[in-house]
Amino acid sequence: MKQFLSFVRKEFYHVFRDPKTLLLLFGMPIVQIVLFGFALTNEIKNADIVIFDLAHDMASQQIINKLEASKNFEIKRFVNSHSEIEEAFKSGKIKLAIVFPPNFNHDLLHLNKAQIEIIADASDPNTATTLSNYANNILMDYQKEMSLNKAIPLQINTQIRMIYNPELRGAYNFVPGVMALVLLLVCVLMTSVSIVREKELGTMEILLVSPFNPLMVIIAKAVPYFFLSLVNLSVILILSTTLMDMPINGSILLLYFASSILIITALALGLLISNSTDSQQTAMLLSLMGMLLPTLLFSGFMFPLENMPKPLQLIANIVPSKWYYIIVKGVMIKGLGIQGIWKEMLILFSMAVFLIFVSVKKFKIRLA
Amino acid sequence: MRTLKYLLQKEFKQIFRNTTILRMILMMPMMQLLVMPLAADFEIKNINISIVDHDHSSYSRKLVDKIIASGYFKLNDYSNSFDESFQEFQTDHSDLILEIPKDFEKGMVRENANTLFLAVNAINGTKASVGSGYLSRIITNFNADIRQDWIQPSRASVAPTMEVSTLNWFNTLLNYPIFMVPGILVSLVTMIGMYMCALNIVKEKEVGTIEQINVTPIKKHHFILGKLIPFWVIGNFVFSIGLFGIGRLVYGIVPLGSIPLLYAFLGIFLIAILGIGLLISTYSQTQQQAMSLAFFCMMLFMLMSGLFTSIDSMPQWAIWIANANPVTYFIEVMRMVVLKGSGFNDIKKHFLIMAGFALLFNGWAILNYKKTN
Repeated sequence: MKQFLSFVRKEFYHVFRDPKTLLLLFGMPIVQIVLFGFALTNEIKNADIVIFDLAHDMASQQIINKLEASKNFEIKRFVNSHSEIEEAFKSGKIKLAIVFPPNFNHDLLHLNKAQIEIIADASDPNTATTLSNYANNILMDYQKEMSLNKAIPLQINTQIRMIYNPELRGAYNFVPGVMALVLLLVCVLMTSVSIVREKELGTMEILLVSPFNPLMVIIAKAVPYFFLSLVNLSVILILSTTLMDMPINGSILLLYFASSILIITALALGLLISNSTDSQQTAMLLSLMGMLLPTLLFSGFMFPLENMPKPLQLIANIVPSKWYYIIVKGVMIKGLGIQGIWKEMLILFSMAVFLIFVSVKKFKIRLA
Repeated sequence: MRTLKYLLQKEFKQIFRNTTILRMILMMPMMQLLVMPLAADFEIKNINISIVDHDHSSYSRKLVDKIIASGYFKLNDYSNSFDESFQEFQTDHSDLILEIPKDFEKGMVRENANTLFLAVNAINGTKASVGSGYLSRIITNFNADIRQDWIQPSRASVAPTMEVSTLNWFNTLLNYPIFMVPGILVSLVTMIGMYMCALNIVKEKEVGTIEQINVTPIKKHHFILGKLIPFWVIGNFVFSIGLFGIGRLVYGIVPLGSIPLLYAFLGIFLIAILGIGLLISTYSQTQQQAMSLAFFCMMLFMLMSGLFTSIDSMPQWAIWIANANPVTYFIEVMRMVVLKGSGFNDIKKHFLIMAGFALLFNGWAILNYKKTN
């Protein structure tokens, strides 16, 4: 036991002596929380648009004023032809054009029907649909205001309740994702690289010929990353509750327990990767390919899983972070107890057991 | 010149001898380009809905049919009690619950108005607002249908209506991969260029072979060029496979603009990115350090490049960061040239800025690289 502890101490020294690695370990979660919290949103603000106004009448002017007042749009300029619109799009910054036909107001008032054209730069389909939706809402608002005084018979009202996240804040969605990402990154990447490093430099040979149990050497390497991950987890939780006002509705203990299972799964995966390679570059590429991308893609926090083709949805099931993401959302936001998430916990747990079993089986005492 | 030739020979031999890494350099982009555009689809569809119907009238059934027929929603369960549906909701099986009250149809006819209840899982805010928006629109349509049934057609359009026609230029079918592939390709080229370059040099440091080079009369710039050129070639190679192999054959993307223009920009971009890799390598002693630094930069570059979220909606400080990010410019250029056919005049500014980046990073790295320690 004493031997084991001194090995663990050695590994801690390795980590703490290297400020650049520490930057990745602790800078990464902080930067990610800040960026996702304050800089990255799917909402689109201040999109540059152009207006092609052939009408120049009251209605078109009123709508233009409304567009100008909206925080989503910024009217860059007025154009006089369709070809100018195309040029504006090509120069890159303009996202949307709105075309008022001649006699717009007249048609609207006297024929009760007027046409209006929204042209979107759909080279970015997301922005295009979102912006046309915003513009549509503004137009509908205007239309509603015009017919405000007329009583409308047979009205269906819809009462909408936003559950779990009434203010529709982005943090609720990404904080669990960032947690999964950071825990996996630290564990898989760091463990595999630090083990392979000793192989590459030749110091592993020395450790393996020592009287100390070879398996323990490897486990001692994983221990610091286990604790560092827990520290990271706490940093993320503190940041997201204080900066982002995220609630922790369920039991914190349960959250830490579930995270520990994920961390162990990740450590086992790191060991597995380090067993099957002997250069740091390969270990790194494997971890990135094997862990980071699947986590980003398949945990469901950046891209909705239900949109993916069926085969990809099936692949998502073998990605540990997918289950972890469901657990964290359940515990943190929905306030579920163990009975609500036991299935996901069980899946994660069996993954951990399986990976530990495989990586111990594959562990070799001899290097060459 | 002869020195450089021998150095290049050495570097290429080293790269081609390590087949694991070589295979990964080629496999990784392929896999990502094949999987990511399919997965990275933000369009909200297939929203799972639970319907609690207390009414069971012809109206409620008509409404349910209309919702399912819209194509946006998938009926998860159709039940009589809210609690039952709420369980589905809690376990993430459904995203929306629509509750149709008792006497929905009767109340409509007698009292001229009625209310539907909608509960939305709002953890993913965008999905929640888009989903409830779709549903509200369907309900409004349904409302108009009913009105039409009851009231004379001439009175129905008594209110002024605008007919909005939406045109989507450059990508009329709103095809998502066409938009994502160029951006993802840029991120791949960046990743390979930066990691490979930084790690390769640091490996020589860590293993000690750099000492052997330092004691030879090889000039500083020869050594650096010898390291940069191979990765510049690999970057070009990966880009070509991505653009022509996967982009053209799998996704059918044909660049609208000039291809030589793209390669010209790629050339300068790669010099800038390799410069960053070089810079990282001069600041690190071990591969682990280089990896940490490169990874940290990479994460910032990716998130702040407008690849997934729009830069215009960021706060001012974040826009500054995005503007100081070389990847932002290449993604913009790729999208402009490939999707919109922009010409040299549209991207003149980008060329200048990228050349500036290339000079800055490489100059800094060369100043910081020392043959002695």
